Amino acid sequence: MAFEDLYREVILRHFKKPQNFGPVSDEEATVEDENPTCGDHFRLRVELQGDRISSIRFDGRGCAISTSSCSMMTERVLGKTPSEARAMISEFLGMVQGTCDPSDESLGDLAVLRSVRDFPVRVKCAGLCWQALSKALDKLSA
Amino acid sequence: MNALNTERIRRDFPILARTMRGGKRLVYLDNAATTQKPECVIEAVCDYYRNHNANVHRGFHQLSEEATEILESARARVADFIGAGSPQEVVFTRGATESINLAASAYGAAALRPGDQILLTVMEHHSNLLPWQQLARQTGAELCFIPGREDGALDMDAFQQMLSPKVKILAMTHMSNVLGTINPVRQCIAAAHSAGARVLIDAAQSLPHFKVDVADLDCDFLAFSGHKMLGPMGIGVLYAKRELLDRMRPYQTGGSMIHRVALRDAVWADVPYKFEAGTPNVAGAAGLKAAIDYLEAAGMDRIFQHEQELVRYALQRLDALSGIQIVGRAAHRGAVIAWHMKNVHPHDMAQFADQEGIAIRAGHHCAQPLVVRYGFAALSRASFYLYNDRHEVDALADVVEKTARFFHGL
Ligand SMILES: Cc1ncc(COP(=O)(O)O)c(C=O)c1O
Repeated sequence: MAFEDLYREVILRHFKKPQNFGPVSDEEATVEDENPTCGDHFRLRVELQGDRISSIRFDGRGCAISTSSCSMMTERVLGKTPSEARAMISEFLGMVQGTCDPSDESLGDLAVLRSVRDFPVRVKCAGLCWQALSKALDKLSA
Repeated sequence: MNALNTERIRRDFPILARTMRGGKRLVYLDNAATTQKPECVIEAVCDYYRNHNANVHRGFHQLSEEATEILESARARVADFIGAGSPQEVVFTRGATESINLAASAYGAAALRPGDQILLTVMEHHSNLLPWQQLARQTGAELCFIPGREDGALDMDAFQQMLSPKVKILAMTHMSNVLGTINPVRQCIAAAHSAGARVLIDAAQSLPHFKVDVADLDCDFLAFSGHKMLGPMGIGVLYAKRELLDRMRPYQTGGSMIHRVALRDAVWADVPYKFEAGTPNVAGAAGLKAAIDYLEAAGMDRIFQHEQELVRYALQRLDALSGIQIVGRAAHRGAVIAWHMKNVHPHDMAQFADQEGIAIRAGHHCAQPLVVRYGFAALSRASFYLYNDRHEVDALADVVEKTARFFHGL
């Protein structure tokens, strides 16, 4: 996929209008994370009801890759169990790090981020929110 | 003064002939991070390893004599280039970062008492901030910051107000690696001296681009890196006045920096060797000397003129784009431009530029407090040097415009 196609698709869907994006105050945040090389900063709030993720919301500023990755992530994991979400986290991180190659069906929208692996500095951008989600789940299950 | 012949200069830099992803021509605009190397510098490093490699100051064999001669002639060349009184005032380090750490720990630790003040500016690179943060913690001294004005110049009125007998050290950058601002260091040094403070100048971004003379400035310390002035990575300089070096304690201890060693004590070598523990970077020094020769042959004044013209043109081109905000508008400035484009994250800006073979930088540029001071989390930055030309400015402006159109059009 050409680089600008990646941008076009990702941005059209999620950068301009991120899903599950809304103010998350410091007190509400389950976790905060940042990309130290560029100052991107996210707050993520995750709620569980029973054994499902019943609500997920994020806030902060980031580049197109990190914002769209986060937006798509929230859509994907909403309603999933923590263990299903964890499987998605490792699948996604494996994909952008180039250590595994999940099928397009299992990735859904996220497949557009596949070519991030060819741009090493962007791997961190794409993975930032997923790492944050992993920490949030640790916290909620603690 | 005739102008630089950029076309001819470009031929001296092998890397400028390479192509990037997708067959794009390289447009290298990340010179504030590190500069490219001319053939003569690469050759000086190779020649050292190929023909003269040996350890210095210890062997009695011919190679060791030659290596020592290479190191010491590089030291003399640096001293001459910066106007130091003698080569003994030139301490070789790994770079500006190590130079500042050396000054902070070897001079600062003994010079400060609780309640003393260390004066810095808001526009310091982390390299000229963190060593002083550490030192303040260790000594009980207080850190104070000269504020920046909205246009990116230093607030000199505030500076005058902040001077007092409590200020023992002023450490400031000569030129901001983000705003491009060239600070009036000569005036600051004189004022600090009258208040009784010693002054360190971070010349990492200035000395590569225009003439800097330590005798004229009368600074007490001056730090810079070889790799930002066409030289190799891993070599840098701390200049310090002889009387200070004589009084300072060693920074690191070990081989090469001693006069005599017994099991329980040691006598330090004379300056500058007292501050150069271990085997030095002779190849780096050889490369730095070649870089200085190259810069002087091109002419520092000519280089500065060339960059002034480029930065004026670049500002004119970028200012014409809608949605752009240039951060740093000081009248006296070098060829570094930082900007923010509405609705475009700097990461994405740099990525779009990279697609065109254009190397720019995005992020906080190791000056996080400064970027935050001007209201941003990250900025894009282009920085120029003697081999850059107007075509490259055009390429930059075009890609900034294209990226902006892409994001604005969504
Ligand atoms: C103003 C300034 N000071 C210090 C440094 C640190 O230089 P080095 O990383 O070579 O030690 C830099 C490099 O980016 C700089 O721009």
